[in-house]
Amino acid sequence: MPTTERLLGVKAKPPFESVVRDHGPTVFRVCCAVVGPHDADDAWSETFLAALKAYPELPVDANLEAWLVTIAHHKAIDITRTRTRQPIPTDVVPEPSAPSGARDFVDLAAAVDGLPPKQKHAVAYHYLAGLPYNEIAEILGGTAAAARRAASDGIATLRRTYLGELVEVTAPLKSTGRTPQ
Amino acid sequence: MINGETITTDLARITDIGPDRLTELHNRLAAAAQRDGVLDISYRTVDSPVGPLLLAATDQGLIRVAYAVEDHDAVLQHLADKVSPRILRAPTRLDAVARELDEYFTRARRSFDVPLDWRLAAGFRAAVLHHLPEIGYGQTASYAAVAALAGSPKAVRAVGTACAKNPLPVVVPCHRVVRSDGAMGGYLGGPEAKRLLLDLEAAA
Repeated sequence: MPTTERLLGVKAKPPFESVVRDHGPTVFRVCCAVVGPHDADDAWSETFLAALKAYPELPVDANLEAWLVTIAHHKAIDITRTRTRQPIPTDVVPEPSAPSGARDFVDLAAAVDGLPPKQKHAVAYHYLAGLPYNEIAEILGGTAAAARRAASDGIATLRRTYLGELVEVTAPLKSTGRTPQ
Repeated sequence: MINGETITTDLARITDIGPDRLTELHNRLAAAAQRDGVLDISYRTVDSPVGPLLLAATDQGLIRVAYAVEDHDAVLQHLADKVSPRILRAPTRLDAVARELDEYFTRARRSFDVPLDWRLAAGFRAAVLHHLPEIGYGQTASYAAVAALAGSPKAVRAVGTACAKNPLPVVVPCHRVVRSDGAMGGYLGGPEAKRLLLDLEAAA
């Protein structure tokens, strides 16, 4: 029966279980980048519970990933606001750590945490969730060009704080044979 | 620009959820959804002598039992279309059904006590299905006899359709309906499954 409906062009809304299966990992990446690994579980849980509640009213042709990232964005802002620890002021970027030896991933998490919120959001929604800039602009407000700039500034900042400017480091599992300097 | 790719690769790596944590968060979501009354349908699969069975329940009771040949994904999509798309794999709500099925397949149980949600069967089909538990364990009845039981002796073909579309096979025993000439007749779970169920009950 569903096959016939699809042949007639009627789009079916998938069971929510497949929404969790298909988009759960991506939403987790976004939560992890935006609120940090400590609060990522709560952000993910609140996002999917809110999504489940609203799911029956969602239009069948809606972009699920953009819809979920939008919910996650609002939940992340709530969590960040209620966190006892105050977020790092937006105009202060952590100093680059000394460019000696190989960096570990803790440095990257810290560097992401130190990004100004708009850059952090734009990096997460574009590079982790794969959303185009016009959809990110709808979530963040402003223009697509501004979202693109925020993402590119964010990556530039991470390149400076995490990798250290002018220092070339290859990922451990993706080694090209070059030695980190 | 040389290291932009390294950064996004590393970002993906440090934000990877991993299968165990995803399972844990999924279970937590199912529990919270149930608590908040927004889990309209829970489901799980169980292994059985007639292959994996999909079990789905609403807060009213068991709404669907499905054989693998019915295509479990298609069955879940049908439930999403007809009842609600708020569907999650959540085994605990189906523990009682799973236990009773296990007892049935080990010949420790002859009838099922779990509440049933009849929403997927309507009209004469529902009337037919409601009468099926009157055919006792280990017994069979002809399509014609069931038609008479349901109050429409001439509706023999409609009884066949009702059985073929039984949303609750095994639990609502359409496998006990056979042809008047003694042949087994068709079955939505396939003839092997019908044979196995009839033999299981006959041997008890």
